[in-house]
Amino acid sequence: MSSAAAIEALTTTPYRYGFVTDIETEKIPKGLDESVVRLISAKKQEPEFLLNFRLKAYRQWKAMEEPNWAALNYHPIDYQDIVYYSAPRQKAQKASLDEVDPALLETFDKLGIPLSEQKRLSNVAVDAVFDSVSIATTYKDKLAEHGVVFCSMSEAVKEYPELVERYLGSVVPITDNFFAALNSAVFSDGSFVYIPKGVQCPMELSTYFRINSDDAGQFERTLIVAEERASVSYLEGCTAPMFDTNQLHAAVVELVALDNASIKYSTVQNWYAGDKDGKGGIYNFVTKRGLCKGTGSRISWTQVETGSAITWKYPSCVLRGQDSVGEFYSVALTNHHQQADTGTKMVHIGPGSRSTIISKGISSGHSVNSYRGLVSMGPNARGARNFSQCDSMLIGDEAAANTHPYIQSRQPEATVEHEASTCRISEDQLFYLQSRGIGAEVAVSMLVSGFCRDVFNQLPMEFAAEADKLLALKLEGSVG
Amino acid sequence: MTSTETISTETTSPCEAPIQTGDLLLSIEDLHAGVGESEILRGVSLQIRAGEIHALMGRNGSGKSTLSKVIAGHPAYTVTAGTIHYRGQNLLELSPEERACSGVFLGFQYPVEIPGVSNLEFLRVSCNARRQHQGQEELDTFTFEDHVRDTMAIVQMDPAFLERSVNEGFSGGEKKRNEILQMALLEPLVAILDETDSGLDIDALRIVANGVKRLARPTTATLLITHYQRLLDAITPDFVHVMAEGRILRTGNKDLAMALEQRGYDWIDETDETDEGETPQP
Repeated sequence: MSSAAAIEALTTTPYRYGFVTDIETEKIPKGLDESVVRLISAKKQEPEFLLNFRLKAYRQWKAMEEPNWAALNYHPIDYQDIVYYSAPRQKAQKASLDEVDPALLETFDKLGIPLSEQKRLSNVAVDAVFDSVSIATTYKDKLAEHGVVFCSMSEAVKEYPELVERYLGSVVPITDNFFAALNSAVFSDGSFVYIPKGVQCPMELSTYFRINSDDAGQFERTLIVAEERASVSYLEGCTAPMFDTNQLHAAVVELVALDNASIKYSTVQNWYAGDKDGKGGIYNFVTKRGLCKGTGSRISWTQVETGSAITWKYPSCVLRGQDSVGEFYSVALTNHHQQADTGTKMVHIGPGSRSTIISKGISSGHSVNSYRGLVSMGPNARGARNFSQCDSMLIGDEAAANTHPYIQSRQPEATVEHEASTCRISEDQLFYLQSRGIGAEVAVSMLVSGFCRDVFNQLPMEFAAEADKLLALKLEGSVG
Repeated sequence: MTSTETISTETTSPCEAPIQTGDLLLSIEDLHAGVGESEILRGVSLQIRAGEIHALMGRNGSGKSTLSKVIAGHPAYTVTAGTIHYRGQNLLELSPEERACSGVFLGFQYPVEIPGVSNLEFLRVSCNARRQHQGQEELDTFTFEDHVRDTMAIVQMDPAFLERSVNEGFSGGEKKRNEILQMALLEPLVAILDETDSGLDIDALRIVANGVKRLARPTTATLLITHYQRLLDAITPDFVHVMAEGRILRTGNKDLAMALEQRGYDWIDETDETDEGETPQP
C-alpha cells in the first residue's frame, strides 16, 4: 500500500464519541441580552457580586468586536442563535451519586469515565460536566481530609464565595478579550480547585466536559488556586456528539500559584471535529492563563488537541514571581478541514523567571495548523530565560502548517531561544518501518507518535497512554 | 488497501511444503527500473536458491543499492520491464510490508533514525507482524523482551539500545548491528545486506560477519552487497556477481572477488565476458 493510500485510510476513521444522550433538559430560549444574564444568575441563586461581575462583562462584551487576527476561516457566529443555558432536569440537590439520572451515569460510562463508587477510576477524582452543569464529583470526601477543595463552580460560589470573589477574573480580566468577556457574562459551571498551604494533592484531579445539545453553547469556567508550597495535577477531557451544525465552546481557565506552589494542567481535547467535508464540529474559543504569582512558583500546561472544527487557544503563563517557571507542551493534530490556531504566551515579569515551549503540530487532509506564540521579557526580568521549539509535520499535499512566533524583550539580560522546523512524514522513515513488515497505517501513526514523544512524556502517567491511543485513533484503526 | 487482501493467497502459509536446499527462492529476469525518467537498472537477471550465499560487487553508482531497494519495494523506484518472482509469486505485486512479512529482508546501507520511537517497541511490532503472517502467536511485551535480549547476544549488542529511539544517535557500527538484530528477529528466507560492512572497524566487522554466518541456514539465502574482500574473507560466497551500468556483467565464484581486489573494476571493463571461463551457472 502506498503512503497516500495509507493516509486516505487513516483519515476516514469515524469519531467514537458522537452519540447523543436522550435526556430531558431545561433550556432557556435562544439569544443573549441583559435579561438572559440575570436569568442565569438567578437560576443559580448567585450572590450579588457575581451578578455584577456578569453584567459588567456583558456590557463590555457588547462593545467589543470578535477578533479576526487568527489564521482561521469560519462562518460568522450568530450569538443570538445560541442557547446560553441548558441543563439536564434532575433533582436540585444530589445527596449522592445514586440520585444522579442513570442516563447521565451511563453516558459517562460510555465515554470511559465511570463515576459510580464501584467503577470509578482509582486515584483520579473526576468532576463531570454535562452541557451547562456539573453532575457529579467523585472522591470529594477523601480530598476534604487533606483540605483540598474540588467541586463544581456553582457549589464553590455557594460554599466558598470569598475565595471565588477574590480570584475570579484576577488572571483573565473580564475585558481581556471578546470570548473571555462572553464567558464571564454567561458561564454556567466548571470546576473549582483549592489546595491549601503546603498540601500536595493526593490524587489527580480531572474534569470531563461533555456537550450534548445541538444548539447550546458550553461556557465553563475553571479556577485553580494553589497556596504556598501546594501542588496539584489536573486533567481535562472533552467530547461532543456529531451534529451537522457547529456548537460554540468558549471556556475560561484561570490558575493562580503562590510562593513555591506548582500546578500542572493537562488537556486532552477531542471535541467533535466535523465530518470529512468540514460540516459540523465544535468552535473552540478558549482563554487559559496561569499566574505564577509567588516566588519559585511553577505552572505547566500540557495539551493534546485533536478535536474541534476551529481551535483558538493560547494557554499562557504570567511569570510575575521571582524565579517562577512556566511550561507549555503541546500536540495539535488537525485533519480533514479542521483549523487550529494555537500556542502560548510567556510573559516574563519577575527576575530569573524561566519558560519552556515545546509545540508539535501535525496537519493532514485539508487542514490548517498554526502555532502562534508570544515570549515577552519585561524590564525587570533580569536573567530570565526562554526556550521555544516549534515543530510541524505535514501529512499529504493539501495540509498547511504555519508558525508565528512573537518575541518582545525590554531586558538586555534576558535570553530567548527559538527553534522551528517543518517536516513531512519522511518517505525513507516510512519505508524503513514497512520494510520490517509494519503496515503503512501503523507506520504513520508510529512516526507521528514518535514526533510527539517529548510532549507525551509530560502527561500524567495515567493519561500518556490514552493520548497515544487517541492520536493513533485519529490517524487510523489500531496501533501496536 | 486492496493489496493487503492478497495476503491470504500467499505462499508462506504454515501448511505449505517446507523449503529444501536448492529450491529457487528469488528469480529476477531482465529487470529494468529507475527513478522518474532515468533508468538505473538495465536488464538485471539473477537467481538465488536456498542454501546459497551470493555477493554482489561493483562500483558506486552501478545499481547495486537500487537493485536491493527495488526488491524490497521502495516507492521511489519504478519498474519499467522485467519480473521478480519470490518463491514463484510475483513479488512486484506486494507492498513493502508484505514482502517483509513473507520473508524478504533488506539490511540498509544507511539505516534511518526515527526519533521518539522506542527501538524495543519498533522491534516488537515488526517481529509480531512477521509472526502473525506466519500463523504464529504474537509475543506479549514481556515475552518479547526476553526473546530480544537473548537475540541481541548474537550481535553482542547492549540491551540499553532497546530503550533508545530507533537508530537515533547510534554510531555507524551500532546501526549495522541493529540491522542484523532485526534480521535475526525476523528470520527471513532471503536476506539482502546492502554494504553492511562499510564503515565498520575490524571488531565490528567480525561481529556482523559472525552474526550473518550464524543466521544462514540451508533453507535460506543471503545476498551480500559489498565493495570489499574482507567481508568475503569471513563469509565465503558461493557466487560473486559484478555489476556495472545497471547490469550484471560477470558472475563467478569467490576467486572472482579476489581477482577484483587485486586488479580493480577497470579489469572487468577491459575484458570480455567470456574471457575467464570459470563462470558457474547459478
